[in-house]
Amino acid sequence: MQLETISSISTPVGEGAIAIVRLSGIDAVEIADTLYKGAGPLSSVDSHTINYGHIVDPETGESVEEVMAAVMRAPKTYTREDIVEINCHGGIHTVNRVLQLTLKHGARMAEPGEFTKRAFLNGRIDLSQAEGVMDFIRSKTTEASKVANQQMQGRLKTYVESLRQSILNILAQVEVNIDYPEYDDVEEATTSFLLEEAGKVEKEIEKLLKSSSQGKILREGLSTVIVGKPNVGKSSLLNYFIQDNKAIVTDVAGTTRDILEEYVNVNGIPLKLVDTAGIRDTDDIVEKIGVERSRQALIQAELILYVVNNNESLTDEDIEILDSVSDQKVIVIVNKLDLETKFDTEDLGRRYPDMPVVGTSIINSTGVDELEDRIAELFFEGSIQSTDSTYVSNNRHIGLLEDAKRAITDAIESAEMDVPVDIIQIDLVKTWELLGEVIGEDVSEQLIDQLFSQFCLGK
Amino acid sequence: MTGNMKYDVVVIGAGHAGVEAGLASARKGLKTLMLTINLDNIAFMPCNPSVGGPAKGIVVREVDALGGQMAKVIDKTHIQMRMLNTGKGPAVRALRAQADKTLYQQEMKRVLEDEQNLDILQGMVDEIIVEGDVVKGVKTNIGTVYDAGAVIVTTGTFLRGEIILGDLKYSSGPNHQMPSVPLADQLKQLGFDIVRFKTGTPPRVNSDSIDYSKTEIQPGDDVPRAFSFETTEFIIDQLPCWLTYTSENTHRIINDNLHLSAMYSGNIVGTGPRYCPSIEDKVVRFNDKPRHQIFLEPEGRGTKEVYVQGLSTSMPENVQRDMLASVPGLENARMMRSGYAIEYDSLVPTQLWPSLETKKIENLFTAGQINGTSGYEEAAGQGLLAGVNAAAKLLGEEPLILSRSDAYIGVLIDDLVTKGTNEPYRLLTSRAEHRLLLRHDNADLRLTEKGHEIGLIGEARYDAFLVKKQNVEAEIDRLRNIRIKPNEKAQAVIESRGGTLLKDGILAFDLLKRPEMDYESIMEILEEDIKISKEEYEQAEIQTKYDGYIAKSLAQVEKMKRMENKKIPADIDYDAVHSLATEALDKLKKVKPLDIAQASRISGVNPADISILLVYIEQGNIKRVNA
Repeated sequence: MQLETISSISTPVGEGAIAIVRLSGIDAVEIADTLYKGAGPLSSVDSHTINYGHIVDPETGESVEEVMAAVMRAPKTYTREDIVEINCHGGIHTVNRVLQLTLKHGARMAEPGEFTKRAFLNGRIDLSQAEGVMDFIRSKTTEASKVANQQMQGRLKTYVESLRQSILNILAQVEVNIDYPEYDDVEEATTSFLLEEAGKVEKEIEKLLKSSSQGKILREGLSTVIVGKPNVGKSSLLNYFIQDNKAIVTDVAGTTRDILEEYVNVNGIPLKLVDTAGIRDTDDIVEKIGVERSRQALIQAELILYVVNNNESLTDEDIEILDSVSDQKVIVIVNKLDLETKFDTEDLGRRYPDMPVVGTSIINSTGVDELEDRIAELFFEGSIQSTDSTYVSNNRHIGLLEDAKRAITDAIESAEMDVPVDIIQIDLVKTWELLGEVIGEDVSEQLIDQLFSQFCLGK
Repeated sequence: MTGNMKYDVVVIGAGHAGVEAGLASARKGLKTLMLTINLDNIAFMPCNPSVGGPAKGIVVREVDALGGQMAKVIDKTHIQMRMLNTGKGPAVRALRAQADKTLYQQEMKRVLEDEQNLDILQGMVDEIIVEGDVVKGVKTNIGTVYDAGAVIVTTGTFLRGEIILGDLKYSSGPNHQMPSVPLADQLKQLGFDIVRFKTGTPPRVNSDSIDYSKTEIQPGDDVPRAFSFETTEFIIDQLPCWLTYTSENTHRIINDNLHLSAMYSGNIVGTGPRYCPSIEDKVVRFNDKPRHQIFLEPEGRGTKEVYVQGLSTSMPENVQRDMLASVPGLENARMMRSGYAIEYDSLVPTQLWPSLETKKIENLFTAGQINGTSGYEEAAGQGLLAGVNAAAKLLGEEPLILSRSDAYIGVLIDDLVTKGTNEPYRLLTSRAEHRLLLRHDNADLRLTEKGHEIGLIGEARYDAFLVKKQNVEAEIDRLRNIRIKPNEKAQAVIESRGGTLLKDGILAFDLLKRPEMDYESIMEILEEDIKISKEEYEQAEIQTKYDGYIAKSLAQVEKMKRMENKKIPADIDYDAVHSLATEALDKLKKVKPLDIAQASRISGVNPADISILLVYIEQGNIKRVNA
C-alpha cells in the first residue's frame, strides 16, 4: 500500500561524509523531481538506478547541493513504496536544507521509526520482527521527544505560546460571533479585521523561520575555513582555538574530534573548523586552492578566516582568492603584529570595504579576543548565551512552521478575496494547531475554554 | 415466569431523546413501548422555548434527513423562525425557532399515538431487569414487568433529580415533577460510573405585566422558513421576542444576596455548563460588564407566560422578584414561575459504544442528558440513533454510526464516547473540524441516503431526494462546461453587480465563484430561464462558490477515512501490546475504540502509541491469514 510521502535524514547526523535524505510514499519521485535537476527527470529513469544531478531550490533557482539520487520503485524497496534517496555530501547544513525543501514541496516529516513501520505494514519485514518494530518506534520516540523537549525550553516556547494566544483571541472572537450571533458584547469580526490580524501572525512566523538558520548554526556549528599563504599563522590560529579549552563535545555521537572537523566554541557560537586543504599537513594552501575540491569547500563555508602576514604585503594570489570569496562572510586576520609592519591595511580596506580586519599576534595571544567578538558580531550582532534557545533548530519544528506559514498565507489570500470569516477561520485554526504541535500542546478543548473565559455567554 | 407483556424495545422516558428513540424503533418495525412518568409531559421543554440555533439547528435538519420527527413538529408549532448568521458563510448559517411549548407537546403526542408499532404508557420504571449482563426487560414502581429485547434509557434530568432554590434543596424532577430515584440507585449497583451535573432555568412572567416600550422588538424573518426538507406549509403569522438588559441595580441586588444563592452557598455539588451560566455566575465572573442581555420569549400562543432568557438563577424566590423588578420593562412584572437550579445523575459517556449501547450491559442503550449532554436537539439526535441502533441490534443489522464528517450528530456522539465530558455538553460549531461540509443546507444530501438505508425514509421522499441531487450535480457540471465570453451582455451584468469586467472568456463555474456574483446573475448573462428549484440552484451555487475550500476539507476527510478503515479487533488484549505507554494503555482499555481514527482522538494516546497499535493489529491480521 502506498501512503502519503514521508521524508527524513536517514543517516546518523554528523557521522560519515555522506548523508542521505530518504523519501518514501506515493509522491516520492514527483517531489524529488520538483527539486532535482539532472540529465532528465527522475520520473523517466529506470528503477534502482543512481543518478547524478543537483538539488535546486525551485523558488530561488539556487543550486543547494550536488547529489546522487537513487530511485527505487515499489515494490522491491525497503518500505515496499516508491523510494528516492538523495545522497548529499555537503555537511549537515546542506542536508538539512535538502530535507526542508522536500518538506516544503509535499512530503511530511517522517515520524520516528516510520520507515520501519511502513516496511512492516507493507509486509516487507516478517512477523517475528514485529515486537522489535514496536520497541524501535517507542525508543525512537522517547529519544526524539527528549531532544525536542530540550530544544523547547525557554524563550522559544514562550514566544510560540504568546503567538498562539494571540491567534486564539482572534479565533474566539470569530467563534463567538458564530455560536452566539446575538451576543452584543464583542465586535463583529470582519474580513478586514482578520486580514490585518493574519498579516501580523504571518510576520511572526516568518521571523521564527528566519531564526531557524541561526538555530542551525547553534546546533550544527558554523562551517569555518582558515585560509592563507604558507607561514602566516593558520596552524597557530587553529591550535589556539583548540588548545584554549575551546574544543567542544557535540551532542551528536561521532562528531567529536573528527579528523576533518574540529568543533570550537567562540562566544557561544560553535565553529566547525573545516580542514579543507589539510592545514596540519601542508602549508601549500594557495596551490591547493586551485584544486576543485578545496574551492568547493571554500565556497560552501559560512565563515572564512583569511590570514595574512603583517610582515608581508598583499600579493596577487591573496587578491585572487579574496576576490573569489568577497560576497561571503570573511574576516581578514593580519597576524604577526609582533613583527615589523609591511602590510598596508588601508589598501586592503579600500579594496574590500565590507571585510572586518583584525590585527593579531596569535603566538602572544594578542588580538584574539577582538577576533572572537568580530565572529560573534558577524552572526548574532554580539555575544549570545549558549543556553539561549530562541532559535528554532529542530527539523520537525521547522517543517511544522513551514506548514503553519502556508496555512496563514492561505488565510490571507482568502481574506483578500473577501470570503466569509468562518471560511478564513479554517486556515487560522490550522495555523494555530500547527503551532501547538511545535510546542507539543494538546489543543482539543482550548478554543472552547477560551470562548467561555473571554466572553459572558448563555441564556 | 409467563404473563408479562413482551416488547422488542422499551424506551424509558418521553422527552426529546425518548420520543425520537421510540419512533425510530417502531418505524423500523419493532414492537416498542415508551414509558413516561407523566403522559401530559411528553416532549416537554422544561427550559427555553426554542429549537435550533448555531450547530443545534443543523442537528434538527440532520434528524429530519434521517427520518426523525423534531423538525416536522417544530415546523408546525413555532411562533417565530429566524435564519442566523446570514452575514457569514453558508457553513455556519442556522435556523432557530421559538416554540409554542404546549402545541409542540400536543403535536408530538399525536404523532406518537398514531405510530402503529408504538405503545405509550404512563408509568415509572424502578428497575432494569438484567440477566448475565444482558437486558431482559423493565419493572415499574407498581410492580409490572415488561419483557424486552432492548431497553433505551432517556431519563433527562429526572435521574435522582434535586431542585435547588436558595438554601432549599429537595428531591424533584424538572418543573417539580416526580424524580426517578430507585432507577438511579440501580444504575449505580450495576456498576456504572455516575457523575452529578447541574443546570438551571430562569423565572417566567406574565406578558400583561411587561412594559414592552422599554424593550427592543426582535421579530422573525419575513421569508418563510422550515427545518424539515419535506415541509411545504409555512407559518406566516409570527410573534416577536423582545430584548432588554439587566441594570446596575440588578447587579447590586445579586451581589448583596450572593450568600443566599445556592450556587455560592455550597448547596450545589454538580458541575454546571459554562455556556449556560446563572445570572449570579455572570455577574461574579464578569463584574466589569455593566449590563447583560435579557431576551423576553413568549412560551406560546395560548399563554401569557414569558420566558426571561438570561436570568437563569437559583436565588430564593423573593430575591428573584427584586431582580426582575430591576430590569427595564419588568418593573411591574408578575412572576408566574420562579427559576431554579437542578442537579441530576448522568453516566460517564465513555462507558458507551458509538452505537450508544452500554459496554457493560448488552442491549442497554442510553440517550440524551443521561449521557452528559444538554439541549433538546442534542437529545433528539442521540435518541434517534439509540432507537435505530437498538432496533438494528435485535434485527441483526449493522449499527448506524455517523462519522465526524457525516454529521454534527457524529461529532456529538464521538466526542462523548471517545473523550467524555466534564460538564453538560453542548454542541458548538467549533467542535466540528469539518464544519464546511456539515452545513444546514446539505443535511439532506449528506444523510437521506443513510435514512433510506435504515428504513426511516420512505420511497417517495427518497425518489424526490434523488431528483434533487441529480439536478444539483447536473447543473454544476453544466456550469463547468459553459464558457462566458466578454460580450456586452456579460460585462453589463457584471458591472451592475459591481465586479471587475472580463478580459477573456471565463467558465460560468469560475465566474460564479466571484463574491459579487450569484446564480441568478449568471443566468441573466446566459439569457436563460431558471429551470431548477431555488433550493437546487442555491445548493449548486454554494458548492461552486466554496469549491476549493470544500475540496480541501474533503482531502482531510479522506485521510481520516483511511484511519477509520483500520478496524481494531473487538477481542484485542491491550495488555499484550508491547511498548504501549501506560496512560495510553489505560485509556484504550477504557474507551475500547472501534478503529484507529477513534483511538487517535483519545487524549493521552499519542502518535507513537497509534503506530505501535497499528503494527500489533497488522501482526494479528497476518497471523489470522496464515492460520
